[in-house]
Amino acid sequence: MDWLRANWLRIVAHIGALAPLGVIVLDNYRYNLTANPIQEIIVRTGKVALVLLVLSLACTPLNTIFGFRQALQVRRALGLYGFMYAGLHLAAFAVLDYGLDLQLIGQTIIEKYYVIAGFIAFIILVPLAVTSTRGWMARLGKRWRALHKLVYLAVPVAVLHFALLVKSLGSRPEPLLFGAVVIVLLALRIPAMRRAISNLRFKVRGAAQRSSYAPSHADKGL
Amino acid sequence: MLLRRNTLKIRSSEITPEHVYLSRRRFMRLGALALGSAALTACGGQLGDTLAGRTAPAGTREPLPAPTGSAEIKRDEFGDPANSFETISTYNNYYEFTEDKEAVSRLAANFKAEPWTVTVGGLVNNPRTYDIDDLRRKFDQEERIYRLRCVEGWSMVIPWIGFPLHKLLKEVEPKAEARYVRFESLFDPQQYPNQRPPTFYPWPYTEGLRLDEAMHDLTLMVTGLYGKPLPNSNGAPLRLAVPWKYGFKSIKAIVKIELTAEQPKTLWNTMAPHEYGFYSNVNPQRPHPRWSQATERRIGEPGRRPTLMFNGYAEQVAGLYAGMDLQVNY
Repeated sequence: MDWLRANWLRIVAHIGALAPLGVIVLDNYRYNLTANPIQEIIVRTGKVALVLLVLSLACTPLNTIFGFRQALQVRRALGLYGFMYAGLHLAAFAVLDYGLDLQLIGQTIIEKYYVIAGFIAFIILVPLAVTSTRGWMARLGKRWRALHKLVYLAVPVAVLHFALLVKSLGSRPEPLLFGAVVIVLLALRIPAMRRAISNLRFKVRGAAQRSSYAPSHADKGL
Repeated sequence: MLLRRNTLKIRSSEITPEHVYLSRRRFMRLGALALGSAALTACGGQLGDTLAGRTAPAGTREPLPAPTGSAEIKRDEFGDPANSFETISTYNNYYEFTEDKEAVSRLAANFKAEPWTVTVGGLVNNPRTYDIDDLRRKFDQEERIYRLRCVEGWSMVIPWIGFPLHKLLKEVEPKAEARYVRFESLFDPQQYPNQRPPTFYPWPYTEGLRLDEAMHDLTLMVTGLYGKPLPNSNGAPLRLAVPWKYGFKSIKAIVKIELTAEQPKTLWNTMAPHEYGFYSNVNPQRPHPRWSQATERRIGEPGRRPTLMFNGYAEQVAGLYAGMDLQVNY
């Protein structure tokens, strides 16, 4: 039971991250992938990748600002699953759609801004996925942190990739929603912003608790 | 069941058209990764069927059995098989209902396509209002198997039923100063959820053709599909089919046809002029900023195939644009 209490979020994260892939496989056999199954697979894997990457970005602020420590347990897994779906997304595009015709793919990458953006986002994620192990963490030391800050670039570029391919943002606001969430998540990492929100939370909590003061993660100023 | 796999008999329906075979060969040429695709094909299901070139309608558990005689398969003039009625009527861009192609047929199920009238007016000598039944009776309904190339980069082969627009235009007698034809779709927020405020689009949907394009024999007023009345999701009861232009030019649910002297405003051209020109002829040489126009995915087929100039109708229509720079007049 204690084990479950300590690890429930990990279980939820693994199941939640693998479920969309399971649904795709299931829908394949139910002939439920629309009349244009290749397109459907590309769209679904891309969206799941983006959702998981955004969730992995949410882990740190959940801990630093809201004191939800367990979020840190799943940060790496969510990022890696996001990378996995991004890889499936790219593979579906290159292999299923373009039959690995490198000339055609190259031409498309040059021609279309959204393909360039998607490609850049993926390339940035590759070294992050490779160095996500404890071994690489130890090997890189301080530089590991610096390297992994690249995710702050990769995710906005991935959102840009989404925004560039949508027919009209006014009628399809999803990329704008993703963009807004990412901006908030990045803003929460700015030290001043983080302190302000932590203090606010501390005050609210302090007022609610009045006399019974209990230290929280927030007042450690992380 | 065992007899189905009789290897000695090859039905003519199983002989793959040459360019499908060639595109599949290009697809398979690619060594190791082709193995992956082969594995996926072997896994079966919808993706396996698609990669193997076996088409199956969306939303059904089993692929349709192949028709037994080749005569039953409708084909375009290149020999490519028509998409199934299910596919054509359940994968639609019909933004008045929704932007979700898969959801259109469900939302359109209760659409009232009868009674229906179309007014034909503007710069004509005999302005008239036709009942849809008048049009069906008055003009011989013929089958035309056209390719439809969506600007999004996918295509289908569709056996439309209808009559050439020029027959209708001749009846109303365009005046000498008429140079364009403007088409307007139904505006009815009661029936079209996506027309209800707040809406992003300047409804009603409008389209336009130059008069000579409208008079071209390929330009079809469509009333049916596969010998049946036009499904609601395809724009019942009356739509246009202009096969050498991107699909959005083939306006659905037409209530008004007007002859004009000036080039009419069209919905997509108004919304994004740099992306959707007035002409919007299928042109692989003019890339769209957000997706490939050099190739297309034929629904039900693996990989992509090259997009043909004027969607393969260059012989018939290239003359309409002689001397025009199609990079400018896109």
